[in-house]
Amino acid sequence: MFYRESGDFKTSYIQDQQIFPIGLDRWFVAVVCVFAVLVVPFLINDYWEKSVLVPVLVWSMAAIGLNILTGYCGQVSLGTGGFMAVGAYASYKLTTMFPELNMFLVVLLSGGVTALVGIVFGLPSLRIKGFYLAVATLASQFFLVWLFNKVPWFYNYSASGQISAPERFVFGIAVSGPNAPPWATYLFCLVFVVVFAFIAKNLTRGRIGRSWMAIRDMDIAAEIIGVPPLRTKLSAFAISSFYIGISGALFFLVYLGAVEPTEAFGIDKSFLVLFMIIIGGLGSILGSFIGAAFMFLMPVLFKNIMVGGLGWPTDLVAHLIFILIGGLIMFFLIVEPHGLAQLWRVTKEKLRLWPFPH
Amino acid sequence: MNIQKTIAASFALVLSIGAGSAAADLVFPSLDYRTGPYAPNGIHFADGYADYFTLVNERDGGIGGVPVRVLPCETGYNTEKGVECYESTKGEGALLYQPLSTGITYQLIPKVTADNIPLHSMGYGRTSAANGRVFSHIFNYPGTYWDAASIIVKHMSDQEGGDLNGKSITLVYHNSAYGKEPIRTLEELSRKHGYKLTLLAVDHPGQEQKSQWLQIRRERPDYVVMWGWGVMNQVAIQEAANIRYPMDRFIGVWWSASENDVIPVGEAANGYKAIAMHGVGDGYPVYDDIRKYVIDAGKAAGDGSNLGTVLYNRGMYAAMLAVEAVRAAQEIHGVADINASQMRDGMEALKIDQARMAELGLPNFGPEINVTCANHGGPGLGAIQQWDASAKSWSLITDFTGADREVVDALIEEDSSAYAAENNITPRDCG
Repeated sequence: MFYRESGDFKTSYIQDQQIFPIGLDRWFVAVVCVFAVLVVPFLINDYWEKSVLVPVLVWSMAAIGLNILTGYCGQVSLGTGGFMAVGAYASYKLTTMFPELNMFLVVLLSGGVTALVGIVFGLPSLRIKGFYLAVATLASQFFLVWLFNKVPWFYNYSASGQISAPERFVFGIAVSGPNAPPWATYLFCLVFVVVFAFIAKNLTRGRIGRSWMAIRDMDIAAEIIGVPPLRTKLSAFAISSFYIGISGALFFLVYLGAVEPTEAFGIDKSFLVLFMIIIGGLGSILGSFIGAAFMFLMPVLFKNIMVGGLGWPTDLVAHLIFILIGGLIMFFLIVEPHGLAQLWRVTKEKLRLWPFPH
Repeated sequence: MNIQKTIAASFALVLSIGAGSAAADLVFPSLDYRTGPYAPNGIHFADGYADYFTLVNERDGGIGGVPVRVLPCETGYNTEKGVECYESTKGEGALLYQPLSTGITYQLIPKVTADNIPLHSMGYGRTSAANGRVFSHIFNYPGTYWDAASIIVKHMSDQEGGDLNGKSITLVYHNSAYGKEPIRTLEELSRKHGYKLTLLAVDHPGQEQKSQWLQIRRERPDYVVMWGWGVMNQVAIQEAANIRYPMDRFIGVWWSASENDVIPVGEAANGYKAIAMHGVGDGYPVYDDIRKYVIDAGKAAGDGSNLGTVLYNRGMYAAMLAVEAVRAAQEIHGVADINASQMRDGMEALKIDQARMAELGLPNFGPEINVTCANHGGPGLGAIQQWDASAKSWSLITDFTGADREVVDALIEEDSSAYAAENNITPRDCG
């Protein structure tokens, strides 16, 4: 009744092919973007920035990246943490070697470096598939973290092996370092996420995305109809790593400000992003956002309710959160094995028919 | 419908965090960890920290008449959760942060400085923060990692009759900022004393150390030094026992020096040594008060069974130093309900002599402390403690001695000026 497409006439191919064919969807996305850009920066404080919004944006970026590789191209990867580390260390080296370099450029270049590394580690995907590929990418995870621990050049020979983000400015306003205002770091991340989410959405609708999905659904059949596996798989690895590299750079420069490779980019991060896209929905950009928000915000939410609201002991709450999150993951996967994005898709279908379902 | 209501209610709750309370109290966030692989150590420290503040509230009615409020926040020794804890508690008027994690300390150093809140990383964190000219808000008295490394080397040298030339030392360390801290000092000292240093990293959480100890078994170094934390400690001591490494040649830092690191290994841990920054056991008068006002009154943070363990003592010591700093701040500024900036001044003016320690019920518990504008690292004294497995107790086998100041101070100067240059900090003039 409220959510419908009747009266939404399309009279040209361009209209027929737009990203959001239903008018209400278009409006909804536009309103969310306008709200995020024009309203949130005026309301944001340190807590919302550092504990809610910036990490969700960073993880969404990583989830979109992994979703391109795993959700769209069907190549299971457990190397996300390692690739994020590449992005973080690339951005660290770039900001410290070229202090004058524009921050947008630093983040993009870090993504570029990660893309190159991703291509190298994507090469085995031409020969091995499925679980075996997952293990090969697992090797990249451990190799990269080991590398950043081992070679002092990457951390500028600091005594503790930590890297710290220097203070850098965009249009004269700090976006990294302790003095960066919350709205600036938030907007800095938001720009990347919004722009690259739209690019990803469009990529997956076009020729490249279709070739990824062809490889995912059946690689031999795809090869027979003329989809080159080499170029397709490597492009998926490159673009996916580009996104993950950007998220790693933002994770380090904007969100945490100081990282050490073993803890910040360990194997648990690879699993976390993988869980995000599985919970959110494989092969869905919206699912990447929902999954990232779910996996990151649920523990924070539960903590605030149980410790801040109910005043329970912190250790009890920490254990309860494990149980609750585990339970919720199982619940959602039983209710909808294709992830939260599919749940949303089904809801939309039902809303279209409501109140007269057949 | 219910789901929507719950979500709305929870977001309202999230919003209310950070609103802060206006009541006059002294807020001490406790970024502790009672879960995860570091909990065996974290629980004792957190209990000691909370119990001393409870004692001050119950016995003295607060500090200078203002009650203390402790805000526990579970970090799990994880830096991201640590940041979340910091952001969620700083709005409550937090006076001091003690994160008990070198990783979180590194994270918070620039943040607390920008927010004008002091941070006390007591015997951990960034060693060069001892230079108060560069690190105005960071304190790490009564001693630093590099002091500890130097004192351990000094002890070995004493064992060997004053000459370490040609000896071999292996460092088994937690592969993180924490574990890597002593490397530079040990390297510098190896040049001075002529011993051979081997580095063996153990990855988080530290349960897997077979290959490291196989290498130790093969090379049989004269001494093994450990920079471990959490489950890593007991695993390392067990592995050392398995290869029959002589325990009196195995020396841990003060974070690898608690009862729950050695008790699981049983008799085989007998003779294990570690450096101590304060006294051991519960033979101090303050424990009578803690038992009377806190444990027996049912107000203990834990189950009350940890009294007198090394890490309980250390948590209590950390709280005691904080309370004394509050008193100093109240005296300087003439207000009872101080703020974080005044707390910083109090910490910088902190002076505790043995007479004061005795008044506090902790005679000869730790060294005299005299913090100055330039020296935030304290006296840097340490003693060697040894484990007696049959009596299940630690005992100090040396006096408190100082570090090799010549080496340590030069390194602190070098590292802190590198930090100052990197972050455009002009060192303060300390007169």
